[in-house]
Amino acid sequence: MFDIKKPENIIYQRPRAFTEVSTHYCPGCTHGVAHRLIAEVLDEMKLTEKTIGVAPVGCAVFAYNYFNTDFVEAAHGRAPAMATGIKRVMPDRFVFTYQGDGDLASIGMAEIMHAAGRGENITVIFINNAIYGMTGGQMAPTTLPGQKTTSSPRGRDVELQGYPLRMSEMIAKMDGASYVVRRSLHDPANIRKAKKAIRTAFEAQVHGLGFSMVELLSTCPTNWGITPVESLKWLEEHMIPVYPLVDCKVSSAVGDMRF
Amino acid sequence: MQKEILIAGFGGQGVLFAGQVLAYAAMDLGREVTWIPSYGPEMRGGTANCTVVIADEEIGSPLVENPPAAILLNLPSYDKYEPLMQKGGVLVVNASMVDRGPKRADIITICVAANEIAEEIGDRKLTNMVAVGALLACLPEISLGALKAALKNHLPERHHKLLPSNYAALQRGYETALEQTGIAAGTGIR
Amino acid sequence: MTKELIKGNVAMAEAAVRAGLEAYFGYPITPQTEVLEHLARRMPELGRAFVQAESEVAAINMVYGAACTGVRVMTTSSSPGVSLMQEGLSYIAGTEIPAVLINVMRGGPGLGNIAPAQSDYYQAVHGGGHGDYHPIVLAPSSVQEAIDLTVLSFDLAEKYRNLVFILADGSVGQMMEPAELPEMRPLIRKDWDWAVNGKGGKRERRILTSIYIDPPAEEQANYRMQKTWQTIQKNEVRYKEYYLDDAEYVVVGFGTAGRVALSAVRAMRHNGVKVGLLRPVALSPYPFEVIDELASRAKAFLVVEMNQGQMLSDVQLAVKGRVPVEFYGRPGGMVPFPEQILKELKRITSTDLKIVSDPRVAWLERMTA
Repeated sequence: MFDIKKPENIIYQRPRAFTEVSTHYCPGCTHGVAHRLIAEVLDEMKLTEKTIGVAPVGCAVFAYNYFNTDFVEAAHGRAPAMATGIKRVMPDRFVFTYQGDGDLASIGMAEIMHAAGRGENITVIFINNAIYGMTGGQMAPTTLPGQKTTSSPRGRDVELQGYPLRMSEMIAKMDGASYVVRRSLHDPANIRKAKKAIRTAFEAQVHGLGFSMVELLSTCPTNWGITPVESLKWLEEHMIPVYPLVDCKVSSAVGDMRF
Repeated sequence: MQKEILIAGFGGQGVLFAGQVLAYAAMDLGREVTWIPSYGPEMRGGTANCTVVIADEEIGSPLVENPPAAILLNLPSYDKYEPLMQKGGVLVVNASMVDRGPKRADIITICVAANEIAEEIGDRKLTNMVAVGALLACLPEISLGALKAALKNHLPERHHKLLPSNYAALQRGYETALEQTGIAAGTGIR
Repeated sequence: MTKELIKGNVAMAEAAVRAGLEAYFGYPITPQTEVLEHLARRMPELGRAFVQAESEVAAINMVYGAACTGVRVMTTSSSPGVSLMQEGLSYIAGTEIPAVLINVMRGGPGLGNIAPAQSDYYQAVHGGGHGDYHPIVLAPSSVQEAIDLTVLSFDLAEKYRNLVFILADGSVGQMMEPAELPEMRPLIRKDWDWAVNGKGGKRERRILTSIYIDPPAEEQANYRMQKTWQTIQKNEVRYKEYYLDDAEYVVVGFGTAGRVALSAVRAMRHNGVKVGLLRPVALSPYPFEVIDELASRAKAFLVVEMNQGQMLSDVQLAVKGRVPVEFYGRPGGMVPFPEQILKELKRITSTDLKIVSDPRVAWLERMTA
């Protein structure tokens, strides 16, 4: 008989880089997927003992509860500055930030751009779900033209509210950035690609190659007002055309890495 | 004992350095001393000034409204500070940069053509040292020898080749002041 | 060690280096820029961290990050820049970790000017960022004191896991005086039981945060911070007395205003009038008990500040209306001359003063007459 408890039969379990608690995220939200990918890569690279994570303000404010690593909690948008302070005094530790689109692309625009410009040897996981989650569904800098939110109730009017910001493309222009890519979490194939990108970004830091960032297109069924399954479809149909899944920057040093 | 010295002129005339040299000399003599530059509103328009206070005890105010001693290297600072001088004070004015004589009869005014003297010695940048030399003639708190020693002690080694010309500038200013005032060397007493 | 003639800003920077500063994050602003410039050279040559941040907002958050690791870290700025830092300062306070800030104050409000001022007293001592917290605030009046207090600030910050501010004004930053720097202290990285620096396979994970999402937990955190503050109030009151033993009139002033007042007090003593000076060195905690005692035997107080009367409120709090408290202030980047304070002292010691609730009213009338 098939014994599921035998170690050789285990094909899926809680990563060791996770704590044994349930997350607070809404059903169908892809934060959980993003967290898991990070934890799996931390395990694979044996980084948990030397990792210091920097949590954002936003839905992921409690990220520090879920990772079994040291963690600090930044002010809104300031995670890259806080990570800079940590990394500069402890260059041999592994430092990553986890930031949403309001945090990174709005209030924290200066901090993210200058961290990239300085080539800070940190990794940023950027969750783009085109909306403010924690405050209840307001317009984000990444909100799509025409997208309805509580602060753009008639749909984002580009004449009045401007256009979505493509952060990865902007940051890729910076000489200090070594690896900047956009991936999506809307189906298994893309999730696998996302994990590979996270691994590459983490390796870039471990190899001392400077600033790395992975933008992950994510869903927010609660604030989008549709079901989780519809959300995955909406992401694919509406977000990817605006935010193409591309390698915005892979420096030659990153390309040459072997791991 | 406490003596306040105000030094003012255009930026680039060595105003701040002249004050620092006086401060170094006072420090080497074991005195309490403060040096404070104007970096505020007065800086605009290209004027610079600093105040040096030399004392025997803990110094209170680093600034003084009516200075008993001053070096004024240009006309705007002459016009501004001459009226503020303490009665009986000593004012060294750079005659090369002003077109008028003293308005105050109750202070000692020493007019030194500091630019010309500096140029004769070979470097226009020595204007400030000529003026400092002139003030020393009337400043019993710091002797010419003490000031020369301070220059040597605190000027970085790589600038020591400039010492002879600085000494010459101090000396020329000092002698000019003595001639003009009839003061007995180093006493400040006429 | 021998004394050297050294500028206040450079002295504070070098004192911090010698006290074991491991990381500095700052942004240029007059009149404190020499601190940043000195450290731009010194820190890299010692293999320590220096970053010129993109803004004061970023600088204080870099400080926040480095402080979480337990190293000695500092930033410096001047009034408008310190306003930008208030967010980060509140977070650092709420996280209960040590950090040092030097504010070389200038004239305000707004862009104001770059001349010396003391108008950030309220911001530093009574407010600043959001939430309940109390930084330790030290106010030097000379270059030597600036050095000594800078060294002390790191010890106090670590001892209480608390913010320490050096509240200097532009004069202290720009002034040169003979002073003695401390010996270079070897860098000792302490293994604090709270620092976030990677588990290293040795311990459970640690989290540093200022968030307590459950109000009862935040309430407990606030009680803990208040307890720390009360301990600080017991232990860290610092002040300097001049001619107070038999003083009938008491001048109270801090920093540059305090030392300018000293000149006026001496002049009054020279004339045989019993005037003394209290110069608070710590503004937070404030020497309330000292003033309380002085109020029981003095005829009147004169508070001298380079602002519109901020510390004045704390003096009034301690005097409790028992004797008149008069005010002389020069706001906007003006530094009083001793002669002006002397004039005030002559007025105060020769007139029948009334006890009024707000001495600023009569002060403004005199200043704008």
